[in-house]
Amino acid sequence: MATLTLDRKSALRRELEAIVGRGGVLSEPDELLVYESDGLTLFRALADFVVFPTSAEHVAALVRVAQREGMPFVARGAGTGLSGGCLPSEGGLVISLMRMNRVLEVDYDNQLAVVEPGLVNLHLSWAVGPHGYYYAPDPSSQQACTIGGNIANNSGGPHTLKYGVTVNHVLGLEVVMPDGEIVWLGGKTRDALGYDLAGVFVGSEGTFGIATKIVVRILRKPQAVKTVLAVFDQIEQASAAVSAIIARGLVPAAVEMIDQLTIQAVEDAFGCGYPRDAAAALLIEVDGLRAGIEAQCERIVDACRQSGAREVRAAADEAERQLLWKGRKSAFGAYGRVSPAYMVMDGVIPRTKLPYVLGRVNEIVAAQGLRVGNVFHAGDGNLHPNILYDPRKPGEEARVVAAGAEIMKICAEVGGSISGEHGIGLEKSDFMPFIFSAADLAFMQRLKTAFNPTGLCNPGKVFPTRKSCGEAGPVAYRPHPIEERGLAQRF
Amino acid sequence: MTHATSDTPASTSPLALHGLSVEGVNQCVHCGLCLAYCPTFSELGTEMDSPRGRIFLIKSLAEGRIGLSDPTVEHLSLCLDCRACETVCPAGVPYGRLIEAAKAEIERQRPGGAARRAFRWLNFGMLLGSPRVLRAAAAGLHFYQASGLQRLVRRSGLTRLLPGTLPAWEALLPPLPADRAPLAPLTPAVGARRARVAMLTGCVQSVVFGAHNRATARVLARNGCDVLAPPQGCCGALNAHGGDHARAVEMAKRTIETFEAAGAETVVVNTSGCGAHMKAYGALLASEPGWAERAARFARTVQDISEFLAQAPLRGPLAPVPMTVTYHDPCHVVHGQKIRRQPRELLAQIPALRVVDLPESDWCCGSAGIYNLTQPEMADRLLRRKVRNVESTKAEAVVTANPGCILQIQAGLRAAGRDVPVLHLVEILDKAYTSAGGSTVPSDASPRIDGGGKVAARAR
Ligand SMILES: Cc1cc2nc3c(=O)[nH]c(=O)nc-3n(C[C@H](O)[C@H](O)[C@H](O)COP(=O)(O)OP(=O)(O)OC[C@H]3O[C@@H](n4cnc5c(N)ncnc54)[C@H](O)[C@@H]3O)c2cc1C
Repeated sequence: MATLTLDRKSALRRELEAIVGRGGVLSEPDELLVYESDGLTLFRALADFVVFPTSAEHVAALVRVAQREGMPFVARGAGTGLSGGCLPSEGGLVISLMRMNRVLEVDYDNQLAVVEPGLVNLHLSWAVGPHGYYYAPDPSSQQACTIGGNIANNSGGPHTLKYGVTVNHVLGLEVVMPDGEIVWLGGKTRDALGYDLAGVFVGSEGTFGIATKIVVRILRKPQAVKTVLAVFDQIEQASAAVSAIIARGLVPAAVEMIDQLTIQAVEDAFGCGYPRDAAAALLIEVDGLRAGIEAQCERIVDACRQSGAREVRAAADEAERQLLWKGRKSAFGAYGRVSPAYMVMDGVIPRTKLPYVLGRVNEIVAAQGLRVGNVFHAGDGNLHPNILYDPRKPGEEARVVAAGAEIMKICAEVGGSISGEHGIGLEKSDFMPFIFSAADLAFMQRLKTAFNPTGLCNPGKVFPTRKSCGEAGPVAYRPHPIEERGLAQRF
Repeated sequence: MTHATSDTPASTSPLALHGLSVEGVNQCVHCGLCLAYCPTFSELGTEMDSPRGRIFLIKSLAEGRIGLSDPTVEHLSLCLDCRACETVCPAGVPYGRLIEAAKAEIERQRPGGAARRAFRWLNFGMLLGSPRVLRAAAAGLHFYQASGLQRLVRRSGLTRLLPGTLPAWEALLPPLPADRAPLAPLTPAVGARRARVAMLTGCVQSVVFGAHNRATARVLARNGCDVLAPPQGCCGALNAHGGDHARAVEMAKRTIETFEAAGAETVVVNTSGCGAHMKAYGALLASEPGWAERAARFARTVQDISEFLAQAPLRGPLAPVPMTVTYHDPCHVVHGQKIRRQPRELLAQIPALRVVDLPESDWCCGSAGIYNLTQPEMADRLLRRKVRNVESTKAEAVVTANPGCILQIQAGLRAAGRDVPVLHLVEILDKAYTSAGGSTVPSDASPRIDGGGKVAARAR
């Protein structure tokens, strides 16, 4: 889209203000700047406007203006995404859902809640907590990220291992379609008739429309919870322990791994009780009925000991348990103590390949002269290598991008995937051919077109931008578009 | 268009605003975990009014990517400086220092018109700068209130003619007590001596809330402290928060000299902003030749009253105070000094006192130094939120630990038609001590908390 002229821009601004009210439109350059990236600062782009609707009707009217103008638009929640998913594309409209953040209805008998998309994930659990309920999907960013962002990225979290990802907890959605129509996908019952369109929408990364109401399941808090911290002197032992636990037929609620560099950052941040000299620690949680929980716990302790754990202990009380989780969930942010920036990767691998892949990750990053911290959902084989770098040092970003691509390639090679939960967004769109064939991508493109025929709804995301996107299966390294544009170099 | 950030200036020279380092911006990794804990973001939903957004604005300013445009000034000025973001920040961004530097830069570039400059000079230079001027002003104000002139002026609508934020100042004026005498230079310990402490008696605090100071001294004495109250000036916190950096530095030096000369082991503070600010003297004077280490050493001797008292069990006897209260955490106690446990532990030691949890107890009430005067609209939104939360507890009184919060929350409750007093922690402790009798400290007054939970005038 051509750049807006000043006249056109102020006319449009007035029109947008007529929809959402005077305080609901941003267009000053300094204000737009703040919206130039999400949790991944490697990518940035400026919008023409950021708008703040307060109802589905507002969203629909905004979308219709954008379509009329041929102006791209994108939904934004809290902007904690880690793949550039909510970035605008060459100007256009960012539709912030942060002023639609109410819990509209809670039905405890049927264990569901109807919420607006801008509601912070954790605030839903707070709202239903006094009645003994909670919302199960718990991304580590849950204190800030929104339910709308969660459904778009089909977000997971530590407890995904037992409880599934966001899609397993969404019953229905009210959606403003990319043409401005307001429709319901799914509803309030588990078994809606017809196609599972709510299921299709979840994980569509904001490219199928904008959710304006979401019906989610809420769960009763488990009767009992036990959290175990296992400490290892070698990262291989920790990997082996993960497999040993699962091999015993146990289904923990969560199995998280955290390595030494990350432990040290987290301890600096909040002093959570992880031993600083450990090579790795596992945070393992079991929950459910009180009866039998001790027995499960013992078997986990045993599996860890057999794998060589130097120390295994259960959190003594709720306060200690909360503190251990606080450490785990703050890990990404805590990297700020050891590095001015980081880029988190989000690969998935078969659990059995953990030792091999972690070893390769360390080699790849070291070869680029960089450091890496690992903190991840080990039980799911969902890796998060965090490559630390300094954006002020010339050439470092390029090396990060290069290392990232190689890591993604390894994940694909061992039969895994290039995203567990953070979405493809902008960052990984060019890695899609690592795992999808041309036919796969063409099929997905047809689905997208059915929802989003003009392509104006969150363009430039998910699908590779290169013509060579037809390459099948794991492929050799291809230069990242950033490198092609000469913005970065591979050494 | 979308691009990677490789084209950012590769400069590695330290980032600064108004000569103050803002290198701390580089600790922010943009994770956003602070967002939902920021009162202004939670009210507005706009990221320029969130910590992550403001840090980004400050960084862009320091890098020269943007200038001080009207919107930028507006968003930075809307920051409460409550530092709730620091409590949740895993990266340890020193947010308070960043926003102070930004505010100093705003003052430098935008000193405002003659009226505003004169007003700031009057406040920061004259009133806060000299205890004598402050006392004289207080005497004048007391006359204004006691003589009935205030009622007359308010009824006549004359306040509307006052320039700038003066009408708001006028409306917020607490009734000034007739007795504004400074604290005795020494309040001796009762029983076995445990420590020798000095008290910050505060500038505004000493004239408006002298009763808090006296209560603090009595409670300290009861707990075995010789309490010194050397003649002193203002610690400079309001100046620093208001962007008046140069005077803040001078005031810090004078304060350090005063307390060093007094020769106490600990400096006890009963106002949150002052305590947090004095603990940061090390950073404030880091680049002042000859002062850096001295300031850091001094800062380590500063303690909030609750922090100090909670180091040991309270000495008895404490009389029962049979009422239900709730505790509001002042920002610069809970976020600025990370003191959360101690006031609650102290309250728990008062017999028969029931303490109920206040939802969002650590959310700013909107007082925030002079914020309620400079940003009345946002202050009011936050105050109403605070009042709703207090109402939900059904408490008979609110306990907190800072005069600004007391004035603000009390005004909010009164406006909502609630007859719920707001007390300083030391007042309720003092009440438990004085009701218990025993070996009394020479005392002038103590708050009377009658049956309805009301605090009566502090009579002699
Ligand atoms: C410290 C940290 C820890 C994290 N931990 C996890 C984790 O454990 N698991 C995990 O899965 N992710 C994690 N993430 C990533 C991120 O928090 C999630 O992807 C989250 O769901 C994003 O929510 P958001 O509200 O910030 O969305 P945004 O970043 O604002 O947007 C994300 C995507 O959602 C779309 N979107 C937003 N609202 C709507 C809507 N109403 N309708 C349609 N599309 C919409 C946007 O267009 C964009 O494509 C973490 C991030 C951080 C910074």
